[in-house]
Amino acid sequence: MVFWQILVDGFAISSLYALGATGFALIFGVSGVLNLSHGALMVAAVVAAWAAGNNLHVGPYAGAAIGIAVGFAATLVTYFLIVKPLQQTRKIREEEKEIFILTATLLWGIMIQELIAYIYTNNAKTVAPIVNGVISIFGVRTPQNEIFTAVVCWLAIGVLWLLVNRTRAGKAVLAASMNPRGVTLLGVELSHVYIAVWAIYGVLVGIAGVLLGMFLGVSSYSVGPLTASAFSIVVLGGLGSVSGALIAAYIVGYLETITAYLISPAYRTIPALLLLVAVMYVSPRGLLGRR
Amino acid sequence: MGSLSTTRILLIGLGVVIALSFLPLKVSGYILGLMTIAYYFGVFAMAWDLLFGFAGEVNFGPTFLIGTGAYTAGILDNLYQPPIFVCVAAGALAAVLGGVVLALPALRVRGPYFGLTTLVAVLMLQNFIVVDASLTGGEIGLTVPDVITISDATNYWIALWFMAISGAILFALSRSPVGLILQASGQDAVQAGALGFNVTKHKLAAFIFSAFFSGLAGAMLVFYLGSASVGTLVDITIGVQIIISAVLGGRRTILGGVLGAVFLIAMSEALRPLGDLSNFVVFAMALVVVLLFPSGFFGLLTRSREPS
Repeated sequence: MVFWQILVDGFAISSLYALGATGFALIFGVSGVLNLSHGALMVAAVVAAWAAGNNLHVGPYAGAAIGIAVGFAATLVTYFLIVKPLQQTRKIREEEKEIFILTATLLWGIMIQELIAYIYTNNAKTVAPIVNGVISIFGVRTPQNEIFTAVVCWLAIGVLWLLVNRTRAGKAVLAASMNPRGVTLLGVELSHVYIAVWAIYGVLVGIAGVLLGMFLGVSSYSVGPLTASAFSIVVLGGLGSVSGALIAAYIVGYLETITAYLISPAYRTIPALLLLVAVMYVSPRGLLGRR
Repeated sequence: MGSLSTTRILLIGLGVVIALSFLPLKVSGYILGLMTIAYYFGVFAMAWDLLFGFAGEVNFGPTFLIGTGAYTAGILDNLYQPPIFVCVAAGALAAVLGGVVLALPALRVRGPYFGLTTLVAVLMLQNFIVVDASLTGGEIGLTVPDVITISDATNYWIALWFMAISGAILFALSRSPVGLILQASGQDAVQAGALGFNVTKHKLAAFIFSAFFSGLAGAMLVFYLGSASVGTLVDITIGVQIIISAVLGGRRTILGGVLGAVFLIAMSEALRPLGDLSNFVVFAMALVVVLLFPSGFFGLLTRSREPS
């Protein structure tokens, strides 16, 4: 019984982690940016969807659309306001840009967090789910929302895969993640690729955020843990590898679920952290890392 | 920066510190209390800058070292009540051990990977403190039976001179041949090794020095506050504040960290009328400085002086 429960519950949460970390892995792979405001962008999407439902009384579909739109917009603002200026500045030496982007996106994330807490308080917010009701899988009573979450996550990941592997623009993105200089020599404008990747990332953040809001709910305190989980999943999978991130998301998701069910929810994150440290000692590139 | 000699900067610093020593005659105990905290945070920021600015290690976990020192000192005092300086020394020693533990992965993994390891170290320490509540006081915090003194002015002087001496040692270290080798190995470890410098030894030394001052300051802060808690000493947001102080003040300057720490505390105090929005404004200002003046206050100060 507990086995099936872990299997079903773990699958839903892992799918959500996978979707959240995919975008994070994508922008690192293409532009080498680790976006530490990741969690804040997701929370912004959730709070927008929640506020639309609560204050404007729109339906769940419209609310979800507003949430995704806000996540998308916040992500593009992050790129144009913070990441792009830092990438292009001449005031900072190349090898130090990484730490500046880390610091700046971290600050930006805290700013979003503080602003949300100021306007909408620190209370937890849950978005009204699109599907309701409960069905039974392997004897486990499962909210249909959980299945919906997993299905949408995999649809979004599938569409992303098609986009990257089957369209011309997508292939340029893939090529840029392998060799940015080579792509420029072939006449592809690298800045367009960056904008495309950040736009895709924005949509993924919006979808993942809204689903998270329907599934678990968030508060402004979730910002740090969300960023940390995306960061550790991506490092575990190998920085820059999207398929590695997908595998790692399931490892982390199931480890957390098993710990929460069998030991105690208080220790939920510890085994995943230990595994992360162990993997980094043995193979710092992660499971499928290229860089 | 390069135009001023080490001795001249230390002399200017000494003048500033002596001037600041007279502050208790002028201002209220409340402001002295704020400045005392700012000075301890200045030491944290300077110790962080030695690791990042010179050794090139992205350390997201300064609070791992601070927390180790602070809690060791606090727990020791709670259990056996030895003289305070014994507790503080034990705290500094424990932090040095923590620094060695933290240095081991740093010698193996680099950049964002090491950054993540330090982040994990903080989360582990935090989990340990919360779970082991009978010893550490858990989420509520640890109250120590002793404090150094209850006089605002004395506390202020202790913090000021502690900061001045730590700053002088760290600054002199960063300007010494050891500091140059550190800087070289931070920028290109392979080339520094090829020139015959023992990169491992120097990096380990940087970790030990940084950990020593972080732990010492953390332990002293416990005996100033009379308590230690995750929220004031260990939490990631505290680590972020230390990093911001160092970057705002100017990285690779050591002394800039103090300016950054004083600025952060003064700003959040000045913006208190804004209520909950004050943090937002402080972080927004820090972001503007990072985006527009990446060399920080110290960089601005010394650059304007250079042409003359």
